[in-house]
Amino acid sequence: MRKLFSVATVALLSLSLVTGCGATGGQKSAEVIKVGGNLELSGGAAAFGQYAEKAIKLAFEQQNAKGGVLGKKLEYVSSDNKSDPGESTVASTKLATQDKVVAILGPMTSGNTLAAVQVVTDSKVPLITPTGTSDSVTFENGKVKPWIFRACFIDPFQGQVAANFASDTLKAKKAALFIDQKGDYSKGLATSFEDNFKKSGGEVVATEQYVAGSDLDFRATLVRIKAANPDVVFVPGYYQEVGLIVKQAREMGMKQVFLGGDGWGSPQLVDVAGAAALENTYYVNHGAMDDPGMAQFIKDFQGKYNSEPDTFAALGYDTANLLIKALENAGSTEPEKLRSALETMKGFQGISGELNVDPATHNPVKSAAILQFKEGKSVFMTKVNPK
Amino acid sequence: MGSVTEQVLQQIVNGLSLGSIYALVALGYTMVYGIIKLINFAHGDVMMVGAYAGWFATTTLHMSFIPALLIAMTVSAILGVLIERIAYKPLRNATRIASLITAIGVSFFLEYGGMLVVSPQMRTYPPVFPDTIYNVGGIIIKYGDIVMIVTSIVLMVLLHGIVKYTKIGKAMRAVSFDTEAALLMGINVNNTISATFAIGSALAAAAGVLMGVYFNTINPLMGIIPGLKAFVAAVLGGIGIIPGAMVGGFFLGLTESFVSGLGASTWRDAVAFLILILVLIVKPSGLFGKNIREKV
Repeated sequence: MRKLFSVATVALLSLSLVTGCGATGGQKSAEVIKVGGNLELSGGAAAFGQYAEKAIKLAFEQQNAKGGVLGKKLEYVSSDNKSDPGESTVASTKLATQDKVVAILGPMTSGNTLAAVQVVTDSKVPLITPTGTSDSVTFENGKVKPWIFRACFIDPFQGQVAANFASDTLKAKKAALFIDQKGDYSKGLATSFEDNFKKSGGEVVATEQYVAGSDLDFRATLVRIKAANPDVVFVPGYYQEVGLIVKQAREMGMKQVFLGGDGWGSPQLVDVAGAAALENTYYVNHGAMDDPGMAQFIKDFQGKYNSEPDTFAALGYDTANLLIKALENAGSTEPEKLRSALETMKGFQGISGELNVDPATHNPVKSAAILQFKEGKSVFMTKVNPK
Repeated sequence: MGSVTEQVLQQIVNGLSLGSIYALVALGYTMVYGIIKLINFAHGDVMMVGAYAGWFATTTLHMSFIPALLIAMTVSAILGVLIERIAYKPLRNATRIASLITAIGVSFFLEYGGMLVVSPQMRTYPPVFPDTIYNVGGIIIKYGDIVMIVTSIVLMVLLHGIVKYTKIGKAMRAVSFDTEAALLMGINVNNTISATFAIGSALAAAAGVLMGVYFNTINPLMGIIPGLKAFVAAVLGGIGIIPGAMVGGFFLGLTESFVSGLGASTWRDAVAFLILILVLIVKPSGLFGKNIREKV
């Protein structure tokens, strides 16, 4: 019986080898290059994923109008991870094994990207996250994750920019942190903010936590933050909770400056919090939509979708073009060649700024922007270059 | 220092407005349980539908708060009756576990059907109330807090009046006491049960609209957590007992507020469910529950 079983296993394995070869062979002769999108199309971070997907489709459409890449058209395969790490693993598996895509774009959040790492590494499909900013996404325990790339700067840099802005520009001495307890993203930003803020002589007077996705009422915790009397409150969360937090804080008479990271970058933040509550708030982002370099993209995006793009759309667009450039540099869709083309990418001109990939960590070296809310609009304040 | 008392009083205000939502939802749980011994797990999702109906009334139809509230309550009342007639009535004489599982099924149907119809994206309510904020000796009370607490108290008084002094209320109490005897006395049991669902669902819709207006965001899965919390509130007060649900709701709101106020905000939900477990161990019939001797 056992012998029969092992024979059957060997037969199955060799069969899968044959089909495996067949698939790769088929792909080479195929007329299209399939690229997967593992994005947050529903759930808590849906606004990020939906905009990025629109921008990716736009970039592919423009490239296909120019004749595609390597003489083939690009085909986009969409997959929704429902803003959930478990679903992100499922979506990556489907894209890598069923759709046989040459690369995966997304997910937008660090937690969901981390959930996709094992699958894409096993199936050797390069993955580029537009906005997965957590440190550990590409690099962990002193080792780079060979198949994971990103088009954005990393959380420590974001936290550092926010902390320096708080102490140098705002002259803040006391800060409070309000962190999403479940989010890798939120915790990463908070840690680097705290380190850098303390380095420049500041003091963290309160650290409080909330649970994203289930908390709606933050007043009880805000009472505590208010009592600690900070100069600035750092809230490294996503727009849905941030909107409620800022709104409720203002209602309770808190006049402090609120600071955040790129998770604030959605027009829905203004819908939730209201324009008045967002006065005197700032956030770090990948670029500013009123930067002149964005003008052509904004025009194209509006022309196609009849809506205003946000920074997530801009990064989605950069991610798609980064992949196109890498495919051109590699001259092939072979996983290993594509991977090394991404790893050695230098001088890529994206709409959010110039991007150079550091081969040792896969982290791009690029600048950050600080934006301010004025009458419900984010306004570009200053650009901060990496040191 | 005065700031400690100030903080405590502020937490009481926060707790009461949060608790009034739990209380409204808990009433529906308790009424339905009282009459057909069913834990209607779809109740939180009926609240969600109510919140969407209110949102539609305020955004597309540009209604003000009270008409929108009435529309939402009507829509949910009809939905509640439909759910009862389609899903629960055929199972009235089946085992209890069958109707319980059906209730969970209806809950999923509303959540994911809702996602399909209105998309999973969150929606924001337009500002329905003025942004007036009253500062009473350092304690911040929003206009919305007052509307929330007043609306729920008015609805609770109204419910009490219906149950105590009207014919349908008398019928509800009779059916809840002994369904078969009520039937023998010529009470239309089916209509009475439908009325219970309608009233309970309307109260949930009111809670949904209040929540939407107060927190400004609604989404198809918004009913899950408040639904569970309201269930805890109903059990806490003694399931099937109407005043118990009100007290349970306010008690839970205040507890959550104080747990967060002590700096353990991440433990807030854990504490809510810990209370449920403790109540079930120590006094399974709830705070207001009487031990009823089993009839032999």
